[in-house]
Amino acid sequence: MSRQIVMPFGPQHPVLPEPIHLDLVLEDETVVDVIPSIGYVHRGLETLVEKRQFPEYVYIAERTCGICSFIHGMTYCQGIERVMGLEVPERAHYLRTIWSEYSRLHSHLLWLGLFADSMGFENLFMNAWKHREFVLDVMEETTGGRVIQGSCKVGGVRRDIDQETLKKMERDLKGFEKGLKEMANVFLNDDSVASRLRGVGVLSRNDAYVCGAVGPTGRGSGVPIDARMTGYAAYGELDFSPVVEQDGDCYARCAVRVNELFSSIEIIRQSIDRIPGGEIEVKVKGNPDGEYFSRSEQPRGELVHYVKGNGTKYLARSRIRTPTLTNIPPLVKMLQGCELADVPVIVLSIDPCIGCMER
Amino acid sequence: MAFFEMAKTAIRSFVGKPATRRYPFVPGKVTPLSRGHVTIDVASCISCGMCMKKCPSEAICVNKDEKTWTIDRLRCIVCNSCVEVCPVHCLTMDTVYSPAVTTHSGLEVFHITYVKPEKPPKADSVDENKEQA
Repeated sequence: MSRQIVMPFGPQHPVLPEPIHLDLVLEDETVVDVIPSIGYVHRGLETLVEKRQFPEYVYIAERTCGICSFIHGMTYCQGIERVMGLEVPERAHYLRTIWSEYSRLHSHLLWLGLFADSMGFENLFMNAWKHREFVLDVMEETTGGRVIQGSCKVGGVRRDIDQETLKKMERDLKGFEKGLKEMANVFLNDDSVASRLRGVGVLSRNDAYVCGAVGPTGRGSGVPIDARMTGYAAYGELDFSPVVEQDGDCYARCAVRVNELFSSIEIIRQSIDRIPGGEIEVKVKGNPDGEYFSRSEQPRGELVHYVKGNGTKYLARSRIRTPTLTNIPPLVKMLQGCELADVPVIVLSIDPCIGCMER
Repeated sequence: MAFFEMAKTAIRSFVGKPATRRYPFVPGKVTPLSRGHVTIDVASCISCGMCMKKCPSEAICVNKDEKTWTIDRLRCIVCNSCVEVCPVHCLTMDTVYSPAVTTHSGLEVFHITYVKPEKPPKADSVDENKEQA
């Protein structure tokens, strides 16, 4: 047996967009074990809940993450609405679904770009981000914010989208989808991408289940776990099924995300077709008293917001569990036995969002 | 599996127009809903302090005695909360971003020029005075 050495990876590393530290235990070029450590960007957002009134905390919940911000805000609002027993209008549910799916498109395209960058495919990286710009423009036109939408509130949504804009959004999706298909073809069929990703960082179905992998990391290993199937917002009324791949390697996780782009577009189309008219919010009276675990599906996996009210304007407790935290044990499993040169690609394949994870 | 799948897209990108605009020579894209920065109409602000109470980042300070409305541009998260709660609609959201701050604090102080209109004397009380006289 050769000598083992420990090599630090991160928190500052060219391939990592955010700070996570991994101690890689190496035997020659092979990674034997990994010790992850976090805590570089902790902001104490959960404690802030005691100092801000519950309707204003939506803005803070949204700023937990800079990519899937809308879904954070929505999940928090869902929790408060359940505690207070508020019936959110149907139209608000559909609008939330549309914006959630646009967030998913934006997040997946961002990730696909970063992933292409991590394997040195700069051209594809720029192409993915060019498509992402279209999604951001739609977000800005409908909510006022490109990344932080701020359009969700307790009891409904802040802004309505008129029928004309909805029709335009549906029309524009056609051209967008055409561009995406061309890009997806490169990710799924190009030999240079496949040779870099096939068989790298394999996570078996059993390991994914035991380690609690969520989102595309779990679905890439054949575990059909998708919180959207619980039917929150308007998902219960739409026809879709989770995208699942069986191989469990980086290529499978990439394929799940690429195919989810088209699944998201389909969900947006269905929502626009079926969106009912009517009110977009209900009036909120009183204060929350009680607790609730609110679940939703982020682009990275299942997100949980726990809220506990004590009958005052200030919540007693808020707890956020983001999918990246859940995907760290599967990441350790994937890295064990891989080559040192594959570490950046494998770390990126779980789509780590550290700012989100440490709140 | 195939090779050079990206070639078609790459050639098109190379020959075609650039996907980005030449900012700042060309102005940035804004929509009517874009959140740029908060502006105040000092002539109609009644110093009620609702914006200060509802600001999630505590960026606004309303001083009733000195008649000032102060905003810290570095703290403001441009969430539109103050604009929504303002009872006299003196706050508006501009679609253009505020220019880069040049001071350490980013504080901007506005002097409120609103003058409370004097209430015309009530018709009943005038009549009563006449009667008493």
